[in-house]
Amino acid sequence: MRKLMLGNEAVARGLYEGGCGFVSSYPGTPSTEITEYAAKYPEIYAEWAPNEKVALEAAIGASTAGMRAFCGMKHVGLNVAADPLFIGAYIGVGGGLVIGVADDPGMHSSQNEQDSRHYAIAAKLPMLEPSNSDECLRFTKAAFELSERFDTPVILRLSTRISHSQSIVELSERENVPLVPYEKLPAKRVMMPAYARPRHTVVEERLSELREYAESCPFNRIIPAEGTGKPKLGIVTSGPSYNYAREVLGDSAAYLVIGMPNPLPERLIRKFAEMVERVVVIEELDPIIETHIKSLGIPCDGKNIFPLTGEYSQGLVAEKLLVKKNEYAKLTEELPGRPPVLCPGCPHRGVFYTFKKMKLTVFGDIGCYTLGAAQPLSAMDTTFCMGASISALHGFLKAMPDYASRTVAVIGDSTFLHSGVTGLMNITYNRTPATVVIVDNNITGMTGHQDNPATGKTLKGEDVTPVSLEKICEGAGVSPSHIRVVPASDTAAFEAALREELASPEPSVIIARQPCALLKTVKRGDPVTVDTGKCKGCRACMAVACPCISMTDGKAQIDAALCTGCGLCAGLCRFGAID
Amino acid sequence: MDKTQTFSIMIVGVGGQGSLLASRIIGDVFLAQGYDVKVSEVHGMSQRGGSVVTYVRFGENVASPVICEGEADIILSFEQLEAARWLPSLKPGGKIITATQRINPMPVIAGTAKYPENLIEKLKAQGASVIAVDAAALAERAGNIKAANVVLIGVLSKLFGINRDVWLSALKDNVPQKYIDVNIAAFELGEKAAQTAA
Ligand SMILES: Cc1ncc(C[n+]2csc(CCOP(=O)(O)OP(=O)(O)O)c2C)c(N)n1
Repeated sequence: MRKLMLGNEAVARGLYEGGCGFVSSYPGTPSTEITEYAAKYPEIYAEWAPNEKVALEAAIGASTAGMRAFCGMKHVGLNVAADPLFIGAYIGVGGGLVIGVADDPGMHSSQNEQDSRHYAIAAKLPMLEPSNSDECLRFTKAAFELSERFDTPVILRLSTRISHSQSIVELSERENVPLVPYEKLPAKRVMMPAYARPRHTVVEERLSELREYAESCPFNRIIPAEGTGKPKLGIVTSGPSYNYAREVLGDSAAYLVIGMPNPLPERLIRKFAEMVERVVVIEELDPIIETHIKSLGIPCDGKNIFPLTGEYSQGLVAEKLLVKKNEYAKLTEELPGRPPVLCPGCPHRGVFYTFKKMKLTVFGDIGCYTLGAAQPLSAMDTTFCMGASISALHGFLKAMPDYASRTVAVIGDSTFLHSGVTGLMNITYNRTPATVVIVDNNITGMTGHQDNPATGKTLKGEDVTPVSLEKICEGAGVSPSHIRVVPASDTAAFEAALREELASPEPSVIIARQPCALLKTVKRGDPVTVDTGKCKGCRACMAVACPCISMTDGKAQIDAALCTGCGLCAGLCRFGAID
Repeated sequence: MDKTQTFSIMIVGVGGQGSLLASRIIGDVFLAQGYDVKVSEVHGMSQRGGSVVTYVRFGENVASPVICEGEADIILSFEQLEAARWLPSLKPGGKIITATQRINPMPVIAGTAKYPENLIEKLKAQGASVIAVDAAALAERAGNIKAANVVLIGVLSKLFGINRDVWLSALKDNVPQKYIDVNIAAFELGEKAAQTAA
């Protein structure tokens, strides 16, 4: 059957067809839907883990038990999971183990650009990289075979354009893969020095075998140019870049498409270089293929023409290689931008309004609430990586204790469980008078509503006992009298709690709790309206950056179709004009 | 239509307006017509009320899933300002189908920028052929303002000589059962609007 499928959906289909039985992941754009789609197959056990390290270790456990297993994450997730990744190379697999990692060139939804191929090189693991949905499906299945054949985890590298593009796939049946019988093999799985030393030799030997395999791997393929004679241009490329090159150059160039970016072949590249007059490497982010080709003594162009930053496109390839730009029209006037905003009724809004009002220094974190950094709230000083709000606040206050009374960390429920807890232990253990605000909207919002250990539901939809944030904080050493739970909608109570805890020399946590306004279980209130007779046009209500409020003829106006009736703006009106 | 040429439709709007659904319906229509199809979507950060772009491309063999400057045959826009923002993507001689709806972006709400006036005239002045439809009003008439995206698909459908049953079946495959009737009504109002606007 032919079907249009998202790259991520096709990976999930590959997991299904490839006989995968276990999936553990942590969400992250653009990788999230792989696991969501995988969970729809009753044959696959699929779960959200609290973070990527836990997820990968769980997948390693399932593989050790002999089951084909998968773990998915975004590029920065692999930083978190790097420890088990590197050891995975040493211990090899039982059932095939595939690690899906999605890079985000162009940072559509990320805090940095990072090329995951470095991890494959550093951990000495084979990596496959598809360039469309059909390859997503086929490469995923092949990755399991490769994993078992070479006794190694295999990384499947995706990127935003592959994960989030739909193209046509051909479906087949699920393969029935029995468990690989479990054996006690301490020399292979107990990684203490005496056992690990010989395993390092195994890793190096395996890598040479994989290098040899790369020469004939069906995913590294030469596509000759049309016509006779030596083609002027030979393009070495992979993943999304192949599509852009193909669009611009068609059959006029020859291609070496690298479907296995680690380890890279040598003879195949030499053969290709001899076939063409000029070699140009087109790869997004870092010059991995280019550096390899140059190390073989073969001259080529690459990052001297193409950028190290951002996402590529056919327009870029045409501009850089053919010095060709399309004609286009443009309005002469400057158009206002449309940045993302906190949704109407978002429980984070009042929290950030309060931070701004109190002129606090705010150590932020990653999630929907990062939008509290945007104008006009502009209430965030830092956002580094997940969990860093709490841990960095600790260091900041050790260096500048005076700031304790006017500095907070703010972190979401999912992010707190991901990697905030450890930072909190550092605060209590090493005694910083820090105040941490957990904005608990009872869901992993940013990535599109995934459950987490505190929501009381699993990925498969079962009800479970939710992890208690307050009890975790207590267990981590925060005194119960300094763990405050307030409804996020009650800004007065939140502000009062914040003032008290900032003044106190004890470590404290304020949980601002209210479910995400977009959750299906949350009832929308009646929209508020403006009494234009009372409205003085003072714009005080606009300070909360709500997309529902605008000014028409000097009076505030509220979009009834968008307003959820949260009432935050009404509380700010000194003239009682909003009700 | 010449199958060897790749045809490019760009769908633009504001996060939450239903551009993903629109791109899936359009993609399925051309898949059913035997074309190679590629669709590129936006998920994550930009969905939070930001500017959202989705691409649908079809032809005999489509290589890239994205659309660059000067490449879109059609821009299907759910909001005026977004149509203007993405005008550079339009191929010279291309068509814009836009909803007349205006949604203020945060800089306008915050008072640091003004929502530009007379955008549709300005787009026309740049040589674009523009079909402007009050999709929100028609969707409301169909029974749900959220079906404005499907009204615009109704308008779009009139630009291709494809049997309307193909469109209707793609619609049925992509919207939840309980919203089918509203969506069919919205589609039909879009078809009618295309005739009066053309
Ligand atoms: C290491 C890492 N993994 C995953 C992500 C993707 N990501 C960004 S924020 C976030 C979680 C947001 O949930 P929460 O903390 O509950 O805040 P909310 O968005 O609900 O406000 C995730 C999964 C990331 N940026 N870094």
